[in-house]
Amino acid sequence: MAEYATPTTEQEFAGNFAQLKPLMSNSEALLESSRCLFCFDAPCIKACPSGIDIPLFIRQINSGNATGAARTIYEANYFGNACGKVCPTEVLCEGSCVYTATGAKPIEIGRLQSHATRQVMDQGKHLFQPGAATGFRVAVIGAGPAGISCACELRKLGHEVDVFEARSQPSGLTLYGVAPYKITNEETLAEMAYLEAQFGFQVHYNHAISTRPDLEKLEKEYSAIFLGIGLGHTSALGLPGEERENCVGAVEFIEQLRIRQEQTAVGRKVIVLGGGNTAMDAASESARLGAERVVLAYRRGKEEMGAYEFEYDLAKGVGVQGLFNVAPLEIVGNGKVEGVKFVRTATLNGQVQTVPGSEFVEACDMVIKATGQAKQTSFLGLIPELQVDGKGRIVFNPNTGQTTNPRYFAAGDAANGGAEVVNAAADGKAAAHGIHGFLTKS
Amino acid sequence: MPDLSINFAGIKSPNPFWLASAPPTNSGYQVMKAFDAGWGGAVWKTLGVPVVNVSSRYGSVNYRDKRMMGFNNIELISDRPLADNLREIEEVKKRFPNHAVIASLMVQSRQEWHDIVRDVENAGSDGIELNFGCPHGMCERGMGSAVGQEPEVLQTIVEWVMEVARIPVIVKLTPNISDITEPAMAARRGGANAISLINTIQSIVGVDLDLFAPYPIVDGKGSNGGYCGPAVKPIALNMVKNCAQHPDVRLPISGIGGIETWRDAVEHILLGASSVQVCTAAMHYGFGIIREMTSGLEQYMSEKGFRTIDDMVGRALPNVKHWEDLNLKYKVTAHINPDKCIGCQLCYTACEDGAHQAIQLNAGTRIPEIIDENCVGCNLCSLVCPVEQCITMERRDDGTQHQTWKERTEADDIPVTFNDERAGGLHHWVPEPAAALGKERQKTLPGKARQYQEVAE
Repeated sequence: MAEYATPTTEQEFAGNFAQLKPLMSNSEALLESSRCLFCFDAPCIKACPSGIDIPLFIRQINSGNATGAARTIYEANYFGNACGKVCPTEVLCEGSCVYTATGAKPIEIGRLQSHATRQVMDQGKHLFQPGAATGFRVAVIGAGPAGISCACELRKLGHEVDVFEARSQPSGLTLYGVAPYKITNEETLAEMAYLEAQFGFQVHYNHAISTRPDLEKLEKEYSAIFLGIGLGHTSALGLPGEERENCVGAVEFIEQLRIRQEQTAVGRKVIVLGGGNTAMDAASESARLGAERVVLAYRRGKEEMGAYEFEYDLAKGVGVQGLFNVAPLEIVGNGKVEGVKFVRTATLNGQVQTVPGSEFVEACDMVIKATGQAKQTSFLGLIPELQVDGKGRIVFNPNTGQTTNPRYFAAGDAANGGAEVVNAAADGKAAAHGIHGFLTKS
Repeated sequence: MPDLSINFAGIKSPNPFWLASAPPTNSGYQVMKAFDAGWGGAVWKTLGVPVVNVSSRYGSVNYRDKRMMGFNNIELISDRPLADNLREIEEVKKRFPNHAVIASLMVQSRQEWHDIVRDVENAGSDGIELNFGCPHGMCERGMGSAVGQEPEVLQTIVEWVMEVARIPVIVKLTPNISDITEPAMAARRGGANAISLINTIQSIVGVDLDLFAPYPIVDGKGSNGGYCGPAVKPIALNMVKNCAQHPDVRLPISGIGGIETWRDAVEHILLGASSVQVCTAAMHYGFGIIREMTSGLEQYMSEKGFRTIDDMVGRALPNVKHWEDLNLKYKVTAHINPDKCIGCQLCYTACEDGAHQAIQLNAGTRIPEIIDENCVGCNLCSLVCPVEQCITMERRDDGTQHQTWKERTEADDIPVTFNDERAGGLHHWVPEPAAALGKERQKTLPGKARQYQEVAE
């Protein structure tokens, strides 16, 4: 452990958080794109939630048509650059590459994708323009992957779009929630600026829509409203001592990291609670911030973790230690966190049961809770006729994004309960078509 | 241990690998370095009337990530003083008496030929190669391929050379001709001791899309050059075979064209070459590739039980037939090994769009299935399959019947009208044309695009 020294400068931070999928040089892209077999009905396309025609864009790169490649990518996914870097390609496109069946390395689709999109961004090549004005106005709440994708597609279809974003920057979790070794702020914002310049939608920053009067104003001024609001803060665990200093939510911790970077405080010994991908990120990030010891505590066995295997491998790779079959009982300490009291667990018939008398305290000076995000149910309750399912997710038509209130559409984490950037981007775009159908047919 | 040494028309060399007359043999420095690395011989870059060169001189055909699959040049013969070249030939021979040094020559008049032949003999050359192949620059001046394309002129010049030559004379032929055996026979009539082929093919390797000029570009302009490299091997092999099979040629052949590894060399030898010449590969990878070539050749000869190069020369020739002599009763069909198939379905599209619609896809699996009754055994699927030995061609006839087109012609059993029942295509099932419409479009649309299309429709 202690593989990483605590970063004190921007350069040290960049070193500790070096990109996992760095941009390719032209030579790398030529070599890698040469390997693609151009499969028929390619498995990689099917594995991509946004359905990018991957063999086509790879061949376009190989034939010296990076601009055409970028167009192929962006026509399917407006977060083409970001997705190339942040997608779990290991389980999506690259995971389905037929090369894996030969024992050969799959094509590095993600990096090729970012390579092509980065070129058009750097060269300022505009590939799209807004469609002929239809006279309809649509409000998009949330400038995350779902909202921005929906806005781009709506503009392409000729509708006027206003995006309302509570924060000061666009891109949602891509900027505030993704581990910094997956994508840099600069890259995320560059793609947002690139899209905005082409499609000309308005983003109103620091403009939260949170009250009934806010919504009424939108309902009055816009023909349709898209909800790309994502999820809320880290859910409370309901444990004693959770309020102690240095017991933080993973979402909030990662957000701090993305904003403050090397100035983010981390404990010397960190315990991360949870077994999902966010827990893996938080653990990896703690280690890269210079924590001496990072323990990932999960209440079930290693195999049952929700995180992708490669994400756990990534965390292990930077020295994170796993502590399995333990349930937290209490955050102990005197004002500040001093440890977590666990009880050992066993899984019986799929049910997690605690083992009586097996309590112990694992010392630490920071606890990061990566145990899920709260749903924004109270806000959603302000929208008339809007149904929310038992898990707090917006009920919607998966083909059109339409909710039970016909003027409201939804996509992204608020609708699917929390998935990848690529899912939000694909579904946001699909919802734009749903809105288009609703506006033009009614 | 197999013996790699050869005696090619009287020219002895420790192995059959010679550097072809080209930039790698431009100087004594290079030739000595090459011999030191293991090359058996070198054909010195063509000596002749003074020339002036341009820059740039080389063009390349790159395929995907592979560079110089094809290569061309607009360089002319040696632009160094004759005296320097002769002095260096002499020095090389002094240090490498057992290696072959062959002087390539190109001049015009009878007197010039006589003079230069004597010069290179005096310098110690083991042989002479007459450059009747250069397809750019020199041919416009009445030399190079201009000679190679006129058998009578070629014969006359060979005769001039033979009047004075006391060392073996090789005639290097141009492929820029419809029948390579014509100049080969002319060389024999003129008294030449051997032929070498092929020289480069007149070519334009590409056009700069911004400058609208062919490669290589000289101050915004270009010219046709001479094509060589791996891409020309198939043309060279066919021409070597044509000369080797022709009853009136009967001269030792030095095979040239696309030789980069021992395998390429063996192919040339099996089709009748008894020495091989290499240039582009040496220009691409350096003289060091000779180690791979000699070791591969030696290994092959050991495994096949060949003691000498002569044991191998022309061994494939009896199996190179005219189409009309091939067995029409021999039948193979494709077989897919499901354990090796990786599901790329390249065979499916190749057969569907490029061949005979004999492969189908089945729901629930990515492993395609051969439709036996439609498979004509064309081999395309096994060629596009990226996995070794995944698609194999299995023999379907019982081996008892043998019939050739020639035999059928002689028996007057050939289709003569468009709808003759004896024609092959009449018996092959093909889908109705309208069945093609929309078939692949749906499949190839990305997932979400398909979804929008469904919403739209």
